[in-house]
Amino acid sequence: MRRLGLRGIAVFYLLAVLLGPLTMVFYRAFERGLTPLWSSLSDPNTVHAFVLTLKITAIAVPINAVFGVVCALAIVRRRFPGAGIVNAIVDLPLALSPVVVGLMLFLLYGRTGWFGSWLEAHGIQVLFATPSMVIATIFVSLPFVAREVVPTLRELGDEQEQAAHTLGASSWQTFWRVTLPSIRWAVIYGVVLTTARCLGEYGAVAVVSGHIEGKTETATLRVQDYYENFNLTGAYGIAIVLAAISVVVLVAMTLLKPKEGV
Amino acid sequence: MNKTRKAILLAAVVAALATAAAAAAGTNLSLVAYSTPKTVLGKIIQAFQQTPQGRSVSFSQSYGASTDQARAVAQGLKADIVFLSTGDDVNLLVDQGLVDPKWNRQSYDGIAADTVVVFAVRNGNPKHIKGWADLIKPGVQVVTPNPFSSGSAKWNVLAAYGAERRLGKTDKQATDYVQKLFQHVVSQDTSGRNATNTFLAGKGDVLITYESEALAARANGQNVQYVIPRQTMLIELPIAVLKNSSDKDVANQFIRFVKSPPAQDLFAQNGFRPVDKKVAAKYADKFPARPGLFRIDDKYIGGWRNADKVWFDPNKGRMTKIEQAAGGPTSG
Amino acid sequence: MTTFLSVVVLLPIAALVFSSGDQGWHQFWSVATGPEAVASLKLTLGAAVAVSLINAVVGTITAWVLVRDDFAGKSLMNAVIDLPFALPTIVGGLTLLTLYGPRSPIGIDIAFTRTAILLALLFETLPFVVRTVQPVLLELDREAEEAARSLGAPESRVFRSIVLPNILPGILSGVALGFARAVGEIGAIVLISGNVPFKTEVSAVFVFNHIQSGDQNGASAVALVMLAIAFVLLLAIGGVRFLATRHERDA
Repeated sequence: MRRLGLRGIAVFYLLAVLLGPLTMVFYRAFERGLTPLWSSLSDPNTVHAFVLTLKITAIAVPINAVFGVVCALAIVRRRFPGAGIVNAIVDLPLALSPVVVGLMLFLLYGRTGWFGSWLEAHGIQVLFATPSMVIATIFVSLPFVAREVVPTLRELGDEQEQAAHTLGASSWQTFWRVTLPSIRWAVIYGVVLTTARCLGEYGAVAVVSGHIEGKTETATLRVQDYYENFNLTGAYGIAIVLAAISVVVLVAMTLLKPKEGV
Repeated sequence: MNKTRKAILLAAVVAALATAAAAAAGTNLSLVAYSTPKTVLGKIIQAFQQTPQGRSVSFSQSYGASTDQARAVAQGLKADIVFLSTGDDVNLLVDQGLVDPKWNRQSYDGIAADTVVVFAVRNGNPKHIKGWADLIKPGVQVVTPNPFSSGSAKWNVLAAYGAERRLGKTDKQATDYVQKLFQHVVSQDTSGRNATNTFLAGKGDVLITYESEALAARANGQNVQYVIPRQTMLIELPIAVLKNSSDKDVANQFIRFVKSPPAQDLFAQNGFRPVDKKVAAKYADKFPARPGLFRIDDKYIGGWRNADKVWFDPNKGRMTKIEQAAGGPTSG
Repeated sequence: MTTFLSVVVLLPIAALVFSSGDQGWHQFWSVATGPEAVASLKLTLGAAVAVSLINAVVGTITAWVLVRDDFAGKSLMNAVIDLPFALPTIVGGLTLLTLYGPRSPIGIDIAFTRTAILLALLFETLPFVVRTVQPVLLELDREAEEAARSLGAPESRVFRSIVLPNILPGILSGVALGFARAVGEIGAIVLISGNVPFKTEVSAVFVFNHIQSGDQNGASAVALVMLAIAFVLLLAIGGVRFLATRHERDA
């Protein structure tokens, strides 16, 4: 009986908080039929918003993937003082509010910021333009690959690398042929998490973007734009596209997750 | 290089050339506006693009709370033209050296369109709200944006104060009225549009907003009723070109177009009161006159510079004290 | 790697710390303890605590059900838990608004209330405790439990004395992660809470509004407090991890 009770609590909670609302969104998106939905989604500014989101993601993910692997290697394989601090710094974006990230960028690249006058003098636009949005997205999605690779590297131990080294392989060969293949799945899983984070970023880019339609609006900002301009169908439309992408990501996560078994 | 790689490279080169050609072909104007005029500006831009001067001009548009937008431009948000909701916010840019101080010597004093302060109420007006005095009756909940971030809110404050003065109250009594009003305020969103959404979502009994915004909500199928109080303020919406615009000529052409009859007609059709008198006469029955209509240069308000100092100065302004007393925000 | 880390993470943090102290720490303190700032911090921390308590209980129950129970649809349920990690936060807020907002089909309208904030945070922090407790429960050796049961101990006693101490570190780190997330959340909250200063304005919204209005000092003051909280939480999580694995190291 208790078993059913616990199961019931868990299922009810998930339905009430997660699945119920999600189903409602799909319903509301199609409520008024396909035409208004399609016209909102095919609006050139909306298309641009999706493209911009994908562009930013396409830049941030590889950068964080490379950084994540390098960082994990440094933390696990090289005993240097401060490895713990590096670990904490890499984890910081997980704990920090994205608006604080946006503020930091303002303080650095805004007109009155540290680099503000230099940037203005050289006509370089960082804030209210794509560069600041890319930097913000890199910051918030930084930890994922590193966090997935570190435990895997730790578990693997470095015997194989040492063996390769004694057989005369260079560092690069060792990395490419021995290390990387063994952490492959951890990297892929980390990349999936990073991609999800980049696609869903809102707080930091909301601060730095300037909300210029057709220029600096990402898909998530466009949801807010439609919502605030009485276009609920449009808002829901973008939401379900993003939700559909999230489900794909979720499937990838489920299939690739380091086997913990259920 | 194998065939596939060649094909990809060729495609990339073609795409790059095409983009460069497209970019070089026309001008792009960056328009930074306050939160509510997106629909009408979209239509005016389309009309402009049908004219010979506008044919190859594309527009980037950004909408947000008027004062916040002005500050963003001051912080580096690229703009060729600003269309804000108060002269106060344009003055902010003048003080930063970004807009010419003579901006309001252009035609129509630099104003693109007008509207008035109105009360949006629930269907059937259950609380029988007709005038300013009804807003401070017990139990009445008022929605207005935050005067430190929104142009709409600034108009609301000055309209409230000015209405009381014109009814014969003294400066102190009128200021006390504004304080009482803000004790009835239940929500202060950052922008006029956010306040509209809050009201439409069910909060409050009355929303103090632009007539144009009430009409816009109606046009969007929202069930909105509004009341124009007898004593109300003429909201004059300024448009100005930025000094550092790289396309000043085209920008000025657009501004001239905005004040021309076709654009003024579009304004009127979308809920704004045209500045062009002839066009305004055509739509006279859509926009009722009010005997108690007063402007920013009214003797009790004294223009934007004065109003800004007296009411909206972040340290010594009256709104700071009123917000503190009412437990509201003392900055944007 | 160090250059990348410095430019991307350390430099912005330095900008925040030094800009806050720009006009003197006295000024910083007076802004950070201003009424609106304090109200937002109280609301944010209060909400985070409430949400953490709920997560600790419901998250553990969910993990328990996923590990010890078996039923049709369990693997689906397991997959769904990660949804808040995959879904953009603003979409999360919008979905809650459709079911629990003005046009709610079930008649529950909590938009623009503090309950809305709690709900949004529960949505976003749902996976944390579940995912930190699950692996621990999986690895748990059941012998001690079986022994206790065969000696006649009631289930609640078995749970309290044997299972709980073992999964406590998992619960705590999940709670800490969720707490950190709750303190910083903006996307899920911004559409649904109304953002009324002193009533439903969380610290993240406070910072956002003050950046927009040019009040970088006010924004920085609260942002710095939020940064400090984030650091403390990371240390706490690290500490829990350290304590939890010390028996592995001692072994």
